[in-house]
Amino acid sequence: MTDEQGTSGAILVVGGGISGLTAALEAAEVGNDVFLVEKNAYFGGRVAQLNQYFPKLCPPSCGLEINFKRIKDNRRIRTYTMTSVTAVSGGPGNYEVTLETTPRYVNSNCTACGECADACPDEMDNEFNFGMNKSKAAYLPHEMAFPRRYVINKDALSDAGAEAVKASCKYGAVDLDMATESKTINVSSIIWATGWTPYDPTKMDNLKFNESDAIVTNMMIERMAAPGGPTDGKILRPGDNKEPESFGFVQCAGSRDENHLEFCSYICCMATFKQMTYIRERYPEAKIYVFYIDLRTPGKYEKFREKLMKDENSTFIKGKVAEIIPESDGSVTVVAENAVTGEKIKQNVDMAVLATGMQPSLAANGTPVTLDTDPSGFVNSNPETGILSAGCACRAADVVTSNQSATAAALKAIQVSRRS
Amino acid sequence: MDKKICTYICTGCGIGEALDIEELSGVVTGEMSQECKTHACLCGTEGRAFLENEKSAEGVNTFTICACSPRVMQSEFDMGDDTITVRANLREQVIWTAGTAEEGQEDTHKEYLQETGSDYVRMACTRASKTEMPEAYEMESMNKDILVMGGGIAGMTAAIEASKAGSKVTIIEKADVLGGKANGWLKQFPMAYPFAELEENSIASMIAEAEADSNITIKTATEVARIGGAPGAFLVTLKAAGTKSEWDAPAKVGVDEQDLIEKGEMEDPNDGLQAYGVANEAADNFGAVVLATGWIPADVSEYEHLGYGSNDKVVTNAEFEVMAKTGKLDGLNRVAFVMSPGGEEHDEDFPYANSVTSMVALKQAKYIRESNPDSQAFILYQHMRTPGNMELFYKGVQQDDGIFMTKASVTGVEGGTVHAKDTLLGEDLDLTVDLVVLAAGMVPTTKDNDTINLAYRQGPAFLDLDLFDGYADSHFICFPYETRRTGIYACGGVRKAMNMQETMDDATGAALKAIQAIESADHGVSVHPRSGDKTYPEFFMQRCTQCKRCTEECPFGALDDDEKGTPLPNPSRCRRCGTCMGACPERIIGFKDYNVDLIGSMIKAIEVPEEDDDKLRILIFACENDAYPALDMAGMRKHKLNHMIRFIPVRCLGSVNMAWIRDALSAGLDGAMLLGCKYGDDYQCHFVKGSEIANKRMENIGDTLSTLGLEPERVRSESVAITDYDTVAGLVNDFVDEIVELGPNPFKGF
Repeated sequence: MTDEQGTSGAILVVGGGISGLTAALEAAEVGNDVFLVEKNAYFGGRVAQLNQYFPKLCPPSCGLEINFKRIKDNRRIRTYTMTSVTAVSGGPGNYEVTLETTPRYVNSNCTACGECADACPDEMDNEFNFGMNKSKAAYLPHEMAFPRRYVINKDALSDAGAEAVKASCKYGAVDLDMATESKTINVSSIIWATGWTPYDPTKMDNLKFNESDAIVTNMMIERMAAPGGPTDGKILRPGDNKEPESFGFVQCAGSRDENHLEFCSYICCMATFKQMTYIRERYPEAKIYVFYIDLRTPGKYEKFREKLMKDENSTFIKGKVAEIIPESDGSVTVVAENAVTGEKIKQNVDMAVLATGMQPSLAANGTPVTLDTDPSGFVNSNPETGILSAGCACRAADVVTSNQSATAAALKAIQVSRRS
Repeated sequence: MDKKICTYICTGCGIGEALDIEELSGVVTGEMSQECKTHACLCGTEGRAFLENEKSAEGVNTFTICACSPRVMQSEFDMGDDTITVRANLREQVIWTAGTAEEGQEDTHKEYLQETGSDYVRMACTRASKTEMPEAYEMESMNKDILVMGGGIAGMTAAIEASKAGSKVTIIEKADVLGGKANGWLKQFPMAYPFAELEENSIASMIAEAEADSNITIKTATEVARIGGAPGAFLVTLKAAGTKSEWDAPAKVGVDEQDLIEKGEMEDPNDGLQAYGVANEAADNFGAVVLATGWIPADVSEYEHLGYGSNDKVVTNAEFEVMAKTGKLDGLNRVAFVMSPGGEEHDEDFPYANSVTSMVALKQAKYIRESNPDSQAFILYQHMRTPGNMELFYKGVQQDDGIFMTKASVTGVEGGTVHAKDTLLGEDLDLTVDLVVLAAGMVPTTKDNDTINLAYRQGPAFLDLDLFDGYADSHFICFPYETRRTGIYACGGVRKAMNMQETMDDATGAALKAIQAIESADHGVSVHPRSGDKTYPEFFMQRCTQCKRCTEECPFGALDDDEKGTPLPNPSRCRRCGTCMGACPERIIGFKDYNVDLIGSMIKAIEVPEEDDDKLRILIFACENDAYPALDMAGMRKHKLNHMIRFIPVRCLGSVNMAWIRDALSAGLDGAMLLGCKYGDDYQCHFVKGSEIANKRMENIGDTLSTLGLEPERVRSESVAITDYDTVAGLVNDFVDEIVELGPNPFKGF
C-alpha cells in the first residue's frame, strides 16, 4: 500500500546535498516527479558548511539559494527532511521504498520567528560547527537553512526548557509529542546521493587529533572562516582562542593510505590552497607550511596554485607527515621527512590543519539497505536496475564533477522511467 | 484576467506589536484604494485556510501579502496557477532591522518605522495592481531532435543516452568514421574497481551501439556550416567536411566596423557569405545542440630545451600512442616520460594537461613493459596527478619493478639523454633512453576556431573563451552546464581535458540538458536560473529607435536584429534576466510582472516627506539572488538598517533601467544605490554580465546627474555576496550617512 502516490515513473533521490539537489532539480525540470529525501533537518549537505568554493572563492550558499528557489518554484519535487530510507523492495521501474521521518518537534505552523530559540534555556554542541560552539536545543541549523523551520532536539531539552519553548510559540508550532513517521512510496529508480563524511581524524594515531586543541580538520577551518560560524569568521585556536602565527597543513590525512582510504580524495589540495587565502586575509604575516605527497591541482586549478605558491611566507614540503607532537605551550610540532632533500623536519606551528579525506557517508555510517558498493564504500551506479549513484556517493570528486555526475544520473533515472 | 485584488496584513512575528496596523490598513484602503484585511498568522493552518476561503468565496485572485520576506513561506502563499501573489517584506526588512529606540526617542523611532512599513505596503499594492498574469510563449514551430557535433566518445555517449530517453539524435562527425581520438588508443584506463589493469579499447562496441540505434542518424565527413534559430527551432546548415559554403557562419561585424565597410575603408570579412539573419530554406531543424568536438594534441615545439621537432628521439604522448597502436614499440628498451616542461623554473604540467596526461604516462609505461619484458620506463613528474580512484591505478603501476618514477625537474634533453634535477634519488639524473615522450596537453577545438558556428547577432563563437583558456567551459561551479548560449551544451574534451569516465558522465549530463532545454522551449518557460518562469520580454516595437543596446548587451545573445537594427527576439534563448529592459532608453521592453512602468510606479509610490534632514529617502535596488537574501539574513541577525532606506528587489542589476534612478531623483528621493553581485573575471552574477553592465551604466549616469546639477555621489553601485549579511548593513548605512552629509535632494518638492 503506497501512502504517497507519485505519477508512474517517479524518481527517488536520497541525499539533499549539492549532488542530490542537482539530480532532483535536473530531473524535475525535464518534467519528472521526484522525491528528495534528506536525513538532516536542512538541505545543502556538506557544501552548506563550506565558507567558499575553490578556485573562484565564491560562497556555496549563492548557488544553494538558486537551487532552493528552483525547488520552491517546482511542484514536481516533494521534499522530506529528517528522513531516511529504511527498506527497498521490488525491482527496476517499480521499487517500493519505506521512508522514516524522525520528529522535528516543530510543525508547519512555524513562522521561523525565532522566539523558541530565544526562550530555550538548554544548550547543546553545535553539530553544524563540529561542536566548536553551542546552539540552543530549539534551533535553526544555520542562517541559510532551507527549509527555514526550527528544530527541537528533545534529548537536549530539560523539563523547564520544554515548558519554555512551548510557552514561547504563539503559533502552536511546538509539538513535543510528535512521533517517528513511516511512509512508503513507489518509484521507478533511486539515485543515491548520500555524499561524504570527513574521515575520522582520531583513526590516525600518529596525528594526535584528540590530544591537542591546536590540531583541527580542514572542515573545522571552513566553519571558522564562515561569517556565520562559531567564531564569526575568525580563525582562532580552539581552547585558548589564540590568533595563530603559524599553520601547518597536513595533506592526505587518511587519503592515499591503504590503512585508511586507499583512494585520493580529489579536493584536499585545492581546499588547502583555498584555506591559505582565508589565512592570508586574516593574518598577512602568518607562516604557512604545507606538507604534501603531490600537489594535485590539475587543469584550471593550476593557476590558483601558482598564485598561492608565490606567497613569501609559505613553504611547501614534499613529504608525508609522520607524526604530530603536542607541545606544552599549546602549539604542536609537525614531523616529516623532505622527500627531495632527505632532511628530517620538525616544524613547530600554532595550528595544524588536517586535510582529512573524503569517506563515502554510506561507508562511514553504514548502508540502510543492501547496496552494490565497492570496497571503499562507493555505490556502483547501475542503469539496468535503476539503482544509481551521483556525486561523492559514487566517487571522490569536486563540486563541478559531482554536478556533472548528478546531471548524468538524472538522465539515467529518466531513462528507467520512460522505459517502464 | 479580471483582477480582484486584496491586501492581507499579517500581524504575527511581532509585526502587529511594532507597527500600527490600523494605520497601515488605512494606507491600503485610503491612498491605494484597495481592500485590506488583517490576520494574526497568515502562514499558519488557519491563515492559509482564511486565504483559501478568500480565493474561493470572495473571488480574490491577486493577493498582496504584507508579512515576511518573499524568500520564505513561498508555497504557503502560492494560491495557485490562476492567481498572482505579491509580497511586502514587513518582517525581515522592516521590524527586524529597526533596531531599538534610543532613550527618549521612542516616538520618533515608532514614527520612522511606521513610515517604512507604509512605504513597503504602498509599493506592494502598486505592484499588485500593475502585475499581469504571465502567459507562456508559444513557439511557432517546435523540433525536439538533438544535434550532436562530434562523433567521439563524448558525442556518441550523448547520442546514445539521449536516445535511451526517447530522443531522436543526429551525430555529425568531420572524419569519415565515428570514434574520434579513441580509435587510435591501444588500451583505455580502468573504469571499475579495483582500477588496477588497463582495459581493452571499447570504442568499437560503442560505435556499433550508435550505428545500431534507430533513433540515431549518423553523418560522417560532415561539418556544421552555421546554426541559426533558437532552442526548439535551431536551423542548422550542414556541409561536407573541409569545404567552404555560402552558409558558413559570418564573423561578427560591429556597428563601427559596418560603417567602415560601407565607406569602403574596410574589407567585409563576410564577403560571399549569406548574412547571419538569412534563413536557409534547406537547413535542418533541431531542438538543441550538444557540442562534443573534442580536442587536438598540443604543439610542444616551443620548449626548445626538450628538443621536440629537432631531436628525433623526442615524441609526444599522442604520437607514442600511435606507435603503440600500430605495433612500433619494438627495439625500445628504455623510454622516459616527461610530465612537466618547466625545468627549474616552475613545476606545472604541460598546458592543457589536467590530470589526464599523468594517467596517459602511466598507461604508456605499461605499454612498454607489456611489449618487452626487459624494458624499462622512467616517469619524471613534478606532481603525479591521479585523483580519486585513479590513485589505485597509480598504485598498481608502482608495483611494476620495470617502471621507475621520480619527482624531477627536467632541465633538458640532448640526443638520448634526459637531464633532471631535484629528484627523489638524492642526486641529479642523466638518463640515457631510446625515446623521450612528452606529456603534451589536449587543446580544445574551440581554442582557435569558432567551432559552434552560430549565425547570431553577437557572433559565431562561444563568448568568454579566454577566461577558460579556450575551453568551452562554464564559469559556474554549481551549474557546470551553464554558458551564454542557451540550448547548446558542451561536453568532453572541448570543455576540459577529461578521462573516459568523466567524459561519459559529462556527455550524459549534456544530453539531459539538451532534452531539458527542448522541453522548456516547448512549454514556453525559461531554463536556468529562472527555470520555469513563464514571463518573457515583450517589445513595443513601434517606439524602437534601433539603438541596438539590447542586442549588444543581452548576455545570452537572445536578440538578433533585422537590417535596420530592429531587435528580433528569440524567447527560447532568453534567460529572463531583463538586461534588455535595463538597456532600453525608450523603455519599450518589459515582462508581464516586471517592467519599467511597474517598478517606476513603485518608486513613485514611496512617500517623499517635505524637506526634513531626518526623513531623507534612499532607494536601493537589490539583486534578488544574492543581495536580497543577504539583507534578509541581516534582518534575521537583527542588524539595524537606517530608517530612510527603501529596497526594491530586482531580477538582476542588469535589468535596472537608468530611468528608475532619474525618476527617483526627480521625485525627490535623495540617493540611489545598486546592490548586486561581484563582476570581473571571477564574476558571481547568475546572468554573467548583468552586474558588470549595470556598473557601466551607473558610471554614465553620474555624468548625467552632474549636468542636472546633482552630485554624482548620490548614486552608487556596490557588490555584495550572499554571505555579506554581517557587513551589508554597514555598507548601506554608510551610504545613507554620505547622502545625509550632502543634504536633501534640491529637486525635492518640484
